[in-house]
Amino acid sequence: MSIRGKACIAGIYEHPLRKAPDKSVAQLHAEVALGALADAGLTIDDVDGYFCGGDAPGTGPLSLIDYMNLNVRHADSSNIGGASYILHVGHAAEAIAAGKCDVALITLAGRPRSEGLSKGIVPRTDNPVQPDFPWESPMRMTTVNAYAMCAMRHMYEYGTTSEQLAWIKVAASHHAQHNPNAMLRDVVTVEDVVNSPMIADPLHRLDCCVVSDGGGALVVVRPEIAKELNRPKIMVRGGAEAVKHQSGGTFDLTWSAGALSGPKAFEEAGITPDDIKYVSVYDSFTYTVLTQLEDLGFCEKGKGGAFVSDGNLISGVGKLPFNTDGGGLCNNHPVHRGGMTKVIETVRQLRGEAHPAVQVPGCDLALAHGTGGNLGTRHGAATLILERQ
Amino acid sequence: MADFSDLMIHHPETAEFWQALEEGRFLIRFCADCEKAHWYPRAICPHCHSAHTEWREGSGEGNIYSYSVMRRAETPYTIAYVRLDEGPILMTNIVDSDLEAITVEHRVRLAWGHKVDGQTMPMFALS
Ligand SMILES: [Zn+2]
Repeated sequence: MSIRGKACIAGIYEHPLRKAPDKSVAQLHAEVALGALADAGLTIDDVDGYFCGGDAPGTGPLSLIDYMNLNVRHADSSNIGGASYILHVGHAAEAIAAGKCDVALITLAGRPRSEGLSKGIVPRTDNPVQPDFPWESPMRMTTVNAYAMCAMRHMYEYGTTSEQLAWIKVAASHHAQHNPNAMLRDVVTVEDVVNSPMIADPLHRLDCCVVSDGGGALVVVRPEIAKELNRPKIMVRGGAEAVKHQSGGTFDLTWSAGALSGPKAFEEAGITPDDIKYVSVYDSFTYTVLTQLEDLGFCEKGKGGAFVSDGNLISGVGKLPFNTDGGGLCNNHPVHRGGMTKVIETVRQLRGEAHPAVQVPGCDLALAHGTGGNLGTRHGAATLILERQ
Repeated sequence: MADFSDLMIHHPETAEFWQALEEGRFLIRFCADCEKAHWYPRAICPHCHSAHTEWREGSGEGNIYSYSVMRRAETPYTIAYVRLDEGPILMTNIVDSDLEAITVEHRVRLAWGHKVDGQTMPMFALS
């Protein structure tokens, strides 16, 4: 069963806070839920499906459904890390198409910044029962040095340079200057990035995303319901997911699961990367953007360095405007999970509601994509293609 | 992690590997049916899903597939993926080596005597 044309994103909301020491995690979830429902012109009583990821406190979706006092007939807490919320849109469309729900609410929220959990350089402390744990944790694998190994191998095989990666941060900063909520609003140069302190070779501090509190929410509805709402109709055109792992020790670090999910999503949508006017791509690190753009087919594998250079990702300047809210590199990265904000900015672009300085003219087809887990070990990917009707 | 033996309560599947490492032997898990080696070691072959897997003595040699020097640490250290001569790639640390001399595809060999939480770890040094 295809999800093409089976569901619309009717409501979006991004929490304005980047640090929220005076709010609980559940409270933040409820705030973003109410924000997205108000944006759609719906109420919490209309919600009959609920979706959340690994940031939800409690057993799967249970505690938050209880906290918000929802009355749902469908719930899904699929967790592939930061890309979960892109995946949830696809799952919500599937549930709507199957008649399991009509109005699906997806929330993400948390406050790692207030709780002092900046985890990029801290050796991972996942569940010790995980089969991979004894082989990785003692080697002091962190998020940043594992992603760094992907970038290092890409540089070795394709000649990708730090200056090319830096262009991704430069483009994000050009967009963030127009976002009053963004954590980092100063425009930076390639020199600023490559001269910032090295964290884990070859990734510098400015190659890394920010740590922030906050969150966001989405409301996905049956197209018949979307038609009655006083909002632009943003239709799900295609979606796909994939998992890439170590394959028993025979893996290739230079590509991501986007190479598997991307083609499937384009096939379902019946379009090609050339048709896409805007992309939101998960930018945990500059390199994450580079490999995903290659894997999705926006350029040839190995040519990403040249593709992202010279402002090609800057709205109004280059061929493929990306992350026009400033992304995780400059705007926010709530709960270390960038998938939610990727969908939100994609919907803003399709509605024509992005900041005028970064709005892509005639934006009718756009893509949101992310990877979650760890690019250097095992990760999931979700691709979502949306269309303004 | 305080004591590696506490961690091993969860992983009896690979206890023999860690014990052998203490005795100076580096074991690799092979499949007796498809004859392929894999990493990390499992009772069931991840390639053909046969249960006929067995330990074989590894050469302890390979090439650096990729690496990264963590500069944001009290003492910088190097995480790496090493492609063993037997085939599979494992996650490790590069030790006893000049950090600035490390390169992708550099030859490496097992470096003994590096413990974490009381357990000898399979770490490597530049050849
Ligand atoms: Zn086998």
